[in-house]
Amino acid sequence: MEGYRILKHNWTIPSAWDIDVYRKQCTFGYETARKVVTTMEPSAVRETVKQAGLRGRGGAGFPAGVKWGFVPKNASKPTYLINNADEGEPGTFKDRYIMERDPHQMIEGMIIAGFALQAPQAYIYIRGELGLAARRVQNAIDQAYAAGFLGKGIFGTGYSLEMTVHRGAGAYVCGEETGLISSIEGKKGNPRLKPPFPAVVGAFGAPSIVNNTETLTSIPYILEHGVEAYRTFGTEKSPGTKLFTVSGHVEKPGVYELPLGFPLKKLLYDVCGGIRGGHKLKAVIPGGSSAPVLTADEAERANLDYESLMEVGSMLGSGGVIVMDDTTDMVWALKNLTHFYAHESCGQCTPCREGTRWLDDIVTRFYENRATEEDFDRLLDICDSMSGTTICALSDAAVFPVKSFITKFRDEFEKHTVHGTGG
Amino acid sequence: METSDKPAKIAFSEENERRFQRLLPHYPNREAAMIPALHLLLEQYGFVSREVMAYVAERLEVPLSKVLAVASFYTMLNMERVGRYHIQVCRTLSCALRGSEEILAHLEKRLGIKAGETTPDGKFTLSTVECLASCGTGPVLQINRDQYEESLTVEKIDAILDRLP
Ligand SMILES: Cc1cc2nc3c(=O)[nH]c(=O)nc-3n(C[C@H](O)[C@H](O)[C@H](O)COP(=O)(O)O)c2cc1C
Ligand code: SF4
Ligand code: FES
Repeated sequence: MEGYRILKHNWTIPSAWDIDVYRKQCTFGYETARKVVTTMEPSAVRETVKQAGLRGRGGAGFPAGVKWGFVPKNASKPTYLINNADEGEPGTFKDRYIMERDPHQMIEGMIIAGFALQAPQAYIYIRGELGLAARRVQNAIDQAYAAGFLGKGIFGTGYSLEMTVHRGAGAYVCGEETGLISSIEGKKGNPRLKPPFPAVVGAFGAPSIVNNTETLTSIPYILEHGVEAYRTFGTEKSPGTKLFTVSGHVEKPGVYELPLGFPLKKLLYDVCGGIRGGHKLKAVIPGGSSAPVLTADEAERANLDYESLMEVGSMLGSGGVIVMDDTTDMVWALKNLTHFYAHESCGQCTPCREGTRWLDDIVTRFYENRATEEDFDRLLDICDSMSGTTICALSDAAVFPVKSFITKFRDEFEKHTVHGTGG
Repeated sequence: METSDKPAKIAFSEENERRFQRLLPHYPNREAAMIPALHLLLEQYGFVSREVMAYVAERLEVPLSKVLAVASFYTMLNMERVGRYHIQVCRTLSCALRGSEEILAHLEKRLGIKAGETTPDGKFTLSTVECLASCGTGPVLQINRDQYEESLTVEKIDAILDRLP
């Protein structure tokens, strides 16, 4: 799969995280950023990224170039660029690899994005647990400063860019962009109501563009090779390649770079070596734990792009593909997830704070064979009360697994009721 | 990490003072250095005590209540003393599908404590944590702030525990 290596190209090069290796042996090598900063207009960079159709890789799939266009023209405060490297979505482990193996390509992408936005300051919000990633990134930043690629007047131009690592401290909700902004400001990671969107009022009251690590790391390729080259990968509406992190019951879990639109079935059986131990596929969560689960049938029909997964009733999300074989107890699996969301709700909104707990309680009741028929409706009622009424999307994220599991695997849940167990 | 019960007055070590001074210009106000400052002191003292919070409040010129709110929000900012080795087992789905429950059960048996407890000699604290972004090499656990152990088996756990001084 040589042709697909836009993001992973440098991962196999030993010590690509060292600037000398990155400059001599890796793609881009800061020459793409140099070309952009010394010869292009910021508006032309923004337009290129927009035309390339690069969509956010953090979960929502919003087009990066369009988001950049939301920064007000005559804002009184300078714009911040924020790299969301919080990577907390269960089943997702790609940004950590980018930072550990190829931090310079990410920084190069941030320089280009920073220039496009004329941002004087960039933050990289790295999940607190990721010690090695934070050290590699900090070291790479120090090297880039020393080389004159960061700091005052980069590449000998009038554009200056400061770059700062800000480490999180353990809270899933800080991956949500407004929670992340609260956290950068030194506060609890409580999300904020939108609008105003961060592009208008973000960190420290200034316009802020929050992009996922993988989104930013995709940018050097686009500026080096152009819109058309980028669009040869992927589909019309989902251009480019994406990192898919496969975990659970496959023979070869791992991080795979694939063009968007790639068949999920091929990913599971060809790329990942099939279901472990000759077992049969039962279910797949295709886009991180917040994406609705697919049955084996649905999974084998789906393609890995934003539109195709919507069509089968799920989401591409973060690209975290969690695979479950026929030995999996779906009630147990859902209980694992409801516990996660109950633990991670920040508690600001009553429907989310109470709802995530009730969901966890009732699913636990199923797990312990204490549930009744009414509990199905109770779960659905709670789900309804939690959707669309809260400050951030964590509440919806908690609802998707519950609704999809109990609808698609209802027979398994039935067996866990008092009635189903004959008790 | 200082372990004596009566630590000297809380303050950044010389090295951390330098790191703190380097941090400040990266933010438009002092409050924003809250989490980085707490990380430095956590490294230095092992947990975020009341005294540590008071010190941060003083250095950042914010009320103590703000520091308290932040420290209690984030799971990594331990407000209580933990054992010399804080073993944090990922319990979330991808790891669970690959056997994290057996790993946890084995650790509980070997250490003679339940998740959330510390051994009487203060050597080990055992906790469960949520997804550590290593789902492809699950089950995983983290020891203290920075050491990941991946693709765990019962044998591997035994080897890890035997290795820790
Ligand atoms: C509860 C929650 C957690 C999130 N966690 C992350 C995360 O860890 N990393 C990330 O990039 N985006 C995460 N997001 C999405 C961000 O809010 C935001 O959409 C994204 O960082 C924008 O970047 P992109 O447009 O490049 O994808 C999360 C969203 C929610 C609601
Ligand atoms: S939806 Fe949940 S996590 Fe999001 S702000 Fe409200 S309570 Fe917090
Ligand atoms: S589920 Fe354990 S590391 Fe992600």
